[in-house]
Amino acid sequence: MTNTTSDLLRLTDVSKIYGDLHALDHVDLTVRRGEWVSIVGPSGSGKTTMMNIIGCMDQPTEGTVMLDGRDISKFSGFDLTQVRRETIGLIFQQFHLIPHLTALENVMVAQYYHSMPDETEALAALDRVGLAERATHLPSQLSGGEQQRVCVARALINSPKIVLADEPTGNLDEKNERIVLDIFGQLHAEGTTLIVVTHDAWVASKGQREVRLDHGRIVETTVHDDAGAGGDEPAQSNVVMTGGTDQGE
Amino acid sequence: MFLRMLRGALLRQRSRRLMIIATVALGASVATSMLSVMFSVGDKINQELKAYGANIVVRPQGAAVVQDIYDVDGGDDIQQSYLDEADVPRIKTIFWTYNIVDFAPLLTAQGDVSTAGGTTEDVTVVGTWFNRHLDLADGESVDTGLVNMRGWWTIDGAWPDQEATDQAVVGVTFAQDNGLGIGDPFTLTRDGVTEQMTVSGIVTTGEDVDNQVLTNIAATQDLIAVPDAVGEVEVSALTTPDNDLARKAAKNPASLSVAERETWYCTAYVSSIAYQIEEVIPDSTARAVRQVSESEGTILEKTQLLMVLVTVLSMAGAALAIANLVTANVMERAAQIGLMKAIGARDAAVVGLILTEILIIGLVGGLLGFGVGIGLAQVIGHLVFGSAISILPSVAGIVAALVLLVVLAGSIPAVRFLLRLRPAEVLHGR
Repeated sequence: MTNTTSDLLRLTDVSKIYGDLHALDHVDLTVRRGEWVSIVGPSGSGKTTMMNIIGCMDQPTEGTVMLDGRDISKFSGFDLTQVRRETIGLIFQQFHLIPHLTALENVMVAQYYHSMPDETEALAALDRVGLAERATHLPSQLSGGEQQRVCVARALINSPKIVLADEPTGNLDEKNERIVLDIFGQLHAEGTTLIVVTHDAWVASKGQREVRLDHGRIVETTVHDDAGAGGDEPAQSNVVMTGGTDQGE
Repeated sequence: MFLRMLRGALLRQRSRRLMIIATVALGASVATSMLSVMFSVGDKINQELKAYGANIVVRPQGAAVVQDIYDVDGGDDIQQSYLDEADVPRIKTIFWTYNIVDFAPLLTAQGDVSTAGGTTEDVTVVGTWFNRHLDLADGESVDTGLVNMRGWWTIDGAWPDQEATDQAVVGVTFAQDNGLGIGDPFTLTRDGVTEQMTVSGIVTTGEDVDNQVLTNIAATQDLIAVPDAVGEVEVSALTTPDNDLARKAAKNPASLSVAERETWYCTAYVSSIAYQIEEVIPDSTARAVRQVSESEGTILEKTQLLMVLVTVLSMAGAALAIANLVTANVMERAAQIGLMKAIGARDAAVVGLILTEILIIGLVGGLLGFGVGIGLAQVIGHLVFGSAISILPSVAGIVAALVLLVVLAGSIPAVRFLLRLRPAEVLHGR
């Protein structure tokens, strides 16, 4: 099912409660199609919990999550798997490549669980991240930056509507960080929706919008004027104190 | 893609996979050897037990009735009817002919024995086949007789020749009491019939026979003046332990349904073999020697039970070891499995991949264990029974099923772990 409204993601009054702990506390967040949103905050602020809920790997205790026009907050595990296959591309800080498969095969795994493996398409995805010539290498034969680019290729292979990246540059050196962010910039330019969880202020500034979480609540939203341009300087920002709610732009 | 993932997974963590293969192989080898021995042990133990005597006695109908009523062994003073010696070889023509190990006719009479030292009255004289070569109607031949059936008897001297009616074996006590030695002559007398005999051997039995005289059956027939008479026939047969059907049939074969009768008739129960002997020997009644046949059955059942227990325990041990190894293996790969789930793999797909891996490893271990088990069975066969153990095709099937069962049972904890694993819990490690 395809929804053509401009909002791809809408969290409404979402909470995630573990016993007495409110990992997310009545959060509202809207992400438009093609938008690049950075989620920042200290450890324990709820960034990963939010990413798990948006990535259909967890469900909220309260509230609704509308993704591409569907309320996924009450979906069964079976349906959430289907949403992950069709709608979401995941990128992790630790890469999580399957160690005994080549770079090409790691990309094809995502195709295999989505529909049908296609070596040509997988090779094209690796080419897009500049790794076509390393397609037959095992993860152990690739640098950290190359592994993360394989991870990006794997996230993109099924043309997801939204790419979720959890600290995508956390394990990379500066050079590889720039390469990965350049790729994100290209994806953004092509209209891919990006949500990037990061500790890095410079990485966060690359997004159009920066949402700051603290103690499970959105405490600040910053809009960057020329985000995604890939420059070295932080973008110009307009800070909005939201007090737990973000209404998008 | 599935095969690529499978191949890659199988070629990694080789030491752990070798451990699983070794564990499955160990269980499969014990199961193969125990099952092979178990299926062969029936015949082996039966053959061993045959050395301890007959398990079926065939008597004339009249004598059997008297024996059944009065619970006594029929002596010549009681026995009024006889079997025909010419009918005795027919025992080897029944359906279970190959289960008939040995048989010997017996004819008992009372007579007076005169030696150089004097005369002893009312001595028990037993006529029998010592060693009889028979050429059967179907072209087969068989060597049978009392010597085969009394393997524990010891003889000083020699058993009488097959056709010699003037040779006899005397019991060791009788020989001592009457001063008889090997080669000494003596005279058998009964109702005016006299036979000159020579002692060919002195037998030690630990039984009443130590006080008796044994002759070829023709000599005893002459003594009682009843040609071709046979008092009873002892039969040693390989039998299957009785079950409820056999016990029901033993009471009254006519009470069986057609299907039950067919099953019973075509199984080597002592009662069905006895029944078939009655069919071929006119006017006879064949009775199982219960104590012997039941002891055989009990020993056989207990031996087989022991082997089944060893098999079950070895496979249970293998299942526990596999459970530990496979679960540890899957836990090590938790992030990889979580990643698969995160990018869209359903539980069934992940479980299918892991189970296929384990089953392939189990197959390798099973084949290895089956080969080792065959060797182990032969070692047991030669050490315990002094002969080879035949490996039935059914053993391969049973071992395959057991390996499958053990591998699947051993995978249950790992599968439970897989199903409970949530990608969010394993993918965000910092």
